Amino acid sequence: MNVIALSGSTVGSKTRTAVEAAASRLKNANPQHDVTVMDLAELQIAFSDGRDYRDYGGDTSRLAEAIMAADALIIGTPVFQASIPGTLKNVFDLLPVNAFRDKTVSIIVTAGSAKHYLVAEQQLKPILSYMKAQIVPTYVFIEEKDFIRDEIINDDIHFRLDRLAEDTLLFAEAYAKIREEKDAAYDF
Amino acid sequence: MKDIYGIDRAAGMEIGLYSLGDHMMNPHDGEKISAGQRIREIIDAAKLADDAGLDVFSVGESHQRYFTTQAHSVVLGAIAQATKRIKIASSSTVLSVWDPVRAFEDFATIDLISDGRAEIIAGRGSRTGAFDLLGYDLDDYEGLFEEKLDLLRKLNEADGPIDWEGEFRPPLRNAEVLPRPKNGRLPIWRAVGGPPASAIKAGYAGIPMMLTTLGGPAMNFTVSVDAYREAAQRSGYDPATLPIGTTSLFYAADTTQNALREYYPHLHHGFLAIRGTGYPKQQFAQAVDYRDALMIGSPQQIIEKLLYQYELYGQQRFIAQIDFGGVPYEKVARNIELIATEIMPAVKKYTKEDEEEVHPR
Repeated sequence: MNVIALSGSTVGSKTRTAVEAAASRLKNANPQHDVTVMDLAELQIAFSDGRDYRDYGGDTSRLAEAIMAADALIIGTPVFQASIPGTLKNVFDLLPVNAFRDKTVSIIVTAGSAKHYLVAEQQLKPILSYMKAQIVPTYVFIEEKDFIRDEIINDDIHFRLDRLAEDTLLFAEAYAKIREEKDAAYDF
Repeated sequence: MKDIYGIDRAAGMEIGLYSLGDHMMNPHDGEKISAGQRIREIIDAAKLADDAGLDVFSVGESHQRYFTTQAHSVVLGAIAQATKRIKIASSSTVLSVWDPVRAFEDFATIDLISDGRAEIIAGRGSRTGAFDLLGYDLDDYEGLFEEKLDLLRKLNEADGPIDWEGEFRPPLRNAEVLPRPKNGRLPIWRAVGGPPASAIKAGYAGIPMMLTTLGGPAMNFTVSVDAYREAAQRSGYDPATLPIGTTSLFYAADTTQNALREYYPHLHHGFLAIRGTGYPKQQFAQAVDYRDALMIGSPQQIIEKLLYQYELYGQQRFIAQIDFGGVPYEKVARNIELIATEIMPAVKKYTKEDEEEVHPR
């Protein structure tokens, strides 16, 4: 499996910390899989203008092509003004319609307070569904109080990230199997 | 009797072919022919279609990787020379990156070479390669096209020198644009895809519409057809006099099962190459249904699809893209044969418009 763990913010460190934690758990438990962390804070991404994702060049095409080549994605997002940051929405806008078809996507959310718990449910999941993702239903929601200096200090979050990493792979593998069987059933 | 667009409605639906000039490997054997061979085979296919009695052959332009007919008017010039009766069109000319004067000169010349068989199908382009390459700003996507289509039509309708001024081209002062096509005017169509907005623009301008129906439920495209006719009516044109053409990906074989088996790798790999996403098998399996717009199946299946579409749209022309995704020449030739011997006669038979209705006395 080819897994991309995407940190969807260009500022702050909490989303990146959480995404890296999930990615390293997935990698350590399953060294046979390719797991790559991509952080929007380290990339120069163009605003989407509707062109083919391969025609932007630079980091933009590199990121979009990596996402398109992935079997599974772990998407980490902070909450800005009761939604995902514009930087992450721009990544979705860069991709073609149905970009997440046959891909499993799981979600990590970092936020200042528990008031934002439903942001992923109401704002991120509809986008992923529209783009045909197989969404891992349970996401990990992490609050400001769960971090101290780029470290996750709440044990519950560690357990939940473990489960998220495991479920991401489980869903991706199960879906790959279903699809393989289904495709084999067609006579062409 | 032919109308001003050169269409004889009493003869039934016109059937033609189109190529985007895509240049890809054949996924069945991994072979990729040279660009030269690909272009010559497009010209050969046009000859074959002409001999077989098909109505139209058209070639489009895309300015990027995986394509080979960037200079589509040059290829059409060669086809004009190589053929005798078939109409020659573009599918489409991305007018936004042309000087309309130059486009008119080219196609009027093709018209004279072919003794009055040339048409322009002008589109905005669904790929963006041409804009960067030829120095146009994608932000002007809409403005460029609307202005240039407007100028092209003025040039076409001019009976002498004209004056013109616009945003994207230096003004014309007492300019005579030559040569004139054989019959004084070229049929000019607007290529329309996607949501009905573009169909509505075609209707308002009273210009024939070439509607792409690449796949999915055929019924979905009735929205564009209805919007086109309604807009035409509202802006004072008689929709009954405006021809509509439709286009689709096309592959026929002796049996539907063989068509599916032979074509799927072309479609899937072709989409991967030019769009960056493949074609899901589930969607392809559904496409066999007569209600789906993708033209795949046995000749009988395709006849059923076309007649169903005729009920929905009442179109005067259908053009088939039979060479997408590295389909080898012998299969292209076989498709032309199936169209000419089985599909076209049946479709024409049931789509003849009543002479009295078309040309009331």
